[in-house]
Amino acid sequence: MTKLADRFRISSGSDWNFSDLRGAHDLIAEIARGELGLDTYPSQIEVITSEQMLDAYSSIGLPLMYRHWSFGKRFARDEALYRHGYSSLAYEIVINSNPCIVYVMEENSMAMQALVMAHAAFGHNHFFKNNSLFRQWTDAGGILDYMEFAKTYIAHCEDKYGEAAVELVLDAAHALMTQGVSRYPRRRGFDLADEARREAERREEEARTFNDLWRTLPEGKTSRVLHPELAERQRLLGLPEENILYFLEKKAPLLKPWQREILRIVRHVAQYFYPQKQTKMMNEGCATFVHYHIMNRLHEQGVLDDGGMLEFLHSHTSVVFQPDFDDPRFSGLNPYALGFAMMQDIARITRAPTEEDRLWFPDIAGNGDPHATLREAWIAYRDESFVRQFLSPALIRKMKLFSVHDDSRSDLVVEAIHDERGYRAVRAALADSFDVVKHEPEIEIVDVDLDGDRRLLLQNRVHHGIMLEREDAERVLDHLAFLWGYEVRLVEIDAMSEKVLRSFDAGPPDPPG
Amino acid sequence: MNIIDRRLNPKGKSLANRQRFLRRAKKQILDAVREASARDGITGPSNQRIRIKADTLREPRLHQAGQGGERWHVAPGNKEYVEGDRIPRPPQGEGGGRGGSPDGDSEDTFQFVLSRDEFIDLFLEDLELPDLLRKELRETEGTTPRRAGFQTSGAAANLNLVRTMRNSLSRRIALRRPRPEEIAAREEELARLSKADDADPETLARLAAEIEVKRRRSRRVPFIDPIDVRYNRFEDVPRPAVSAVMFCLMDVSGSMTAHMKDLAKRFYKLLYLFLSRRYKRVEIVFIRHTHVAREVDEETFFSSTESGGTVVSTALEEMARVLRARYPLEQWNIYAAQASDGDNMPADNPHAVAVLEQAILPACQYFAYLEVGPEDERYGGATELWRAYQRIAQAGQPIAMRKVNHRSQIYPVFRQLFSRDKAVRTEGVA
Repeated sequence: MTKLADRFRISSGSDWNFSDLRGAHDLIAEIARGELGLDTYPSQIEVITSEQMLDAYSSIGLPLMYRHWSFGKRFARDEALYRHGYSSLAYEIVINSNPCIVYVMEENSMAMQALVMAHAAFGHNHFFKNNSLFRQWTDAGGILDYMEFAKTYIAHCEDKYGEAAVELVLDAAHALMTQGVSRYPRRRGFDLADEARREAERREEEARTFNDLWRTLPEGKTSRVLHPELAERQRLLGLPEENILYFLEKKAPLLKPWQREILRIVRHVAQYFYPQKQTKMMNEGCATFVHYHIMNRLHEQGVLDDGGMLEFLHSHTSVVFQPDFDDPRFSGLNPYALGFAMMQDIARITRAPTEEDRLWFPDIAGNGDPHATLREAWIAYRDESFVRQFLSPALIRKMKLFSVHDDSRSDLVVEAIHDERGYRAVRAALADSFDVVKHEPEIEIVDVDLDGDRRLLLQNRVHHGIMLEREDAERVLDHLAFLWGYEVRLVEIDAMSEKVLRSFDAGPPDPPG
Repeated sequence: MNIIDRRLNPKGKSLANRQRFLRRAKKQILDAVREASARDGITGPSNQRIRIKADTLREPRLHQAGQGGERWHVAPGNKEYVEGDRIPRPPQGEGGGRGGSPDGDSEDTFQFVLSRDEFIDLFLEDLELPDLLRKELRETEGTTPRRAGFQTSGAAANLNLVRTMRNSLSRRIALRRPRPEEIAAREEELARLSKADDADPETLARLAAEIEVKRRRSRRVPFIDPIDVRYNRFEDVPRPAVSAVMFCLMDVSGSMTAHMKDLAKRFYKLLYLFLSRRYKRVEIVFIRHTHVAREVDEETFFSSTESGGTVVSTALEEMARVLRARYPLEQWNIYAAQASDGDNMPADNPHAVAVLEQAILPACQYFAYLEVGPEDERYGGATELWRAYQRIAQAGQPIAMRKVNHRSQIYPVFRQLFSRDKAVRTEGVA
């Protein structure tokens, strides 16, 4: 193999031009595809200024966004922070779309541009294209077109019904955004032919396994439905329903068609971002692992000179820096640090496993192919299951992880540390902390009082005594009542004892005039 | 792979969102703006850092409370803990450093930067000034020479070479003036032929004649003729004056309390903001007086007190002097605002009125007299100075006067003083 450096060198210093970008991209692509076996969407690198980067920040990372004051607020805050030097801007933003859009800042040096391309245009890009959550829930090919539609549609609504009216709906929809996500694939409608075939199969099975003896068994208590009307009502309304925005869009009695469409748009945006929440650590880990490999290879091959390499290492180490819990800089586990460390650790296990690794990871220990192993993991896991599966004792020791139990009353108790007795407990606790479902309230719409005043009844099942934040809950409920058009009640019940802990009520705002 | 340069894309993509945001938070921003304007000096900083309560900007979500319940945390960097150790609860009650709203703006205030234009817009929008005042402000005019085509006579310095040479060229083409190269070519040919042995004498003669004709023609048709020459022409056009000067006159004798000065300062601030929106350049002259008047800087103007009697005419004379010395009328729009508690030496009133009428009012676009009184004043009869100025106002001079006792009156008074409707403006005088 000819040395890559004969074909292209990354210029040290801060100047670069577009053919430099292209040259670096081609070399990186070669390493990414050839050595790491990455499979990516075609990438589209867009060079932007810092102001445009702030723009991109404010529209929660989508290049097209409908208009709403909250994006202006985000922009104002980020701008103030940036202008006063409290925070610096990201080197890049990457969008899960096909082609995969990568924004890079014009002021990055060439070494940084190479890093950014390796990180975003290959690392994130591969993850977006292959991870099962993204494949199942997002449509990378269609998102930009959809957002274009959404933006135009909402702008039309503003023209037609007034900015204030649209803002009311958007505010309410945003308040319910986290409850606008379907966590499980929806059951499809019944297909008659399918049903008939299943029925036939069931009869056949019954006939084949017929045994007259069963008839002689004493009959137990038949399970009676306690409230037949409730069951019927729930069936008709498709309850219980966790996706509140979906329910409102389909069933809220007073909404106009354009309001339903806006709810639908917000729901789609929420659903599009849902996988990102669940895979943040893996996604960043994947991108960091990829850029680390590629930049090292570029340096080995002489494409990246020592100065550029030092610049890269400086930036890389600050990205994966993990302060200890008692460090004033500590603000939780750094997803970049944990993801990168876990993936490096997996690579180590496949190449040079210890006895312990062979015991804990018999499937992958010593299989000699780190990249294939990682590619599998990137496809099949999300943060929670990835930790549960791959966090090794070696890494727990290295990071000195420990788990603390907090009952909100007495002292905190250290439950497990990095020792033989603690590995599994630490791993389970860490996996739980990445489980989005456990950190979001479990709220469902359970009933509508169809005979009475059409009150909407919601339920929050409280686990471990962690209730809703009161003030926000009251505000959100007002928004919900506005959309539903009648009264709403949210009841918090304990998941174990079914005891009612607290309830919120809200009515719709008085109709104007 | 595609590389796209987006840097030249139109800016201000988020402008519409920003406007929506400002509108949403308008009330709080206005309060903050007023507060900031009371705090800062008259000219103020160029960008306003605004801090507002985040209440209407809150984006509520249903989320788990940061406290209470049973939780587990995993943290890195264990030093000495072993299983079963007890750690005293951190004072905040947020073990492990988690919690807070997912949005990250759990703090009560929201801080951002308002540009100067946005600041002034908001400040004045509340006062509904821009429309009200447009007609009221006269613009003083000077003249400035501006290029306006060409002329056939003028100073040599204004000769327009391009236009002149173009005329010359077209004339030479039209009159078929032979080019020097043509003549040279013929002469060369003649020389070559005459050297040759078998030269046809007829041809030689014809060539010589041709050359003679061309030479004559090029002598008759000059390279540059006086009719070609063009000069740049200039026209004097009226130029709207873009600068304004604002005179702040204030009585600083012992009877003026800090409260009264504060009222005056607020009024000056409004006037400055308003003028700076209208004019590119606004200068401020501070003149304070007791029984003598002196031009001072802003700091001295508002802060220190002096003892002495009160002679208003000294301030007016000082203003007239500064006007003559530094602000020629044809270049400056002149505004003046005088604040006083109304005290004046009785003997001085006629003189003050005379100076005002003769030297100042003719030069001013607008003269506002603000009489400031103590906050708890029950009954304030018309002061000597008020009565004196009232007579001028009734004579139809451009002077506006108001009495102010309380901070909250400043905005309404300002609005009245600058309202378009003359009846409203003068109502306090009658």
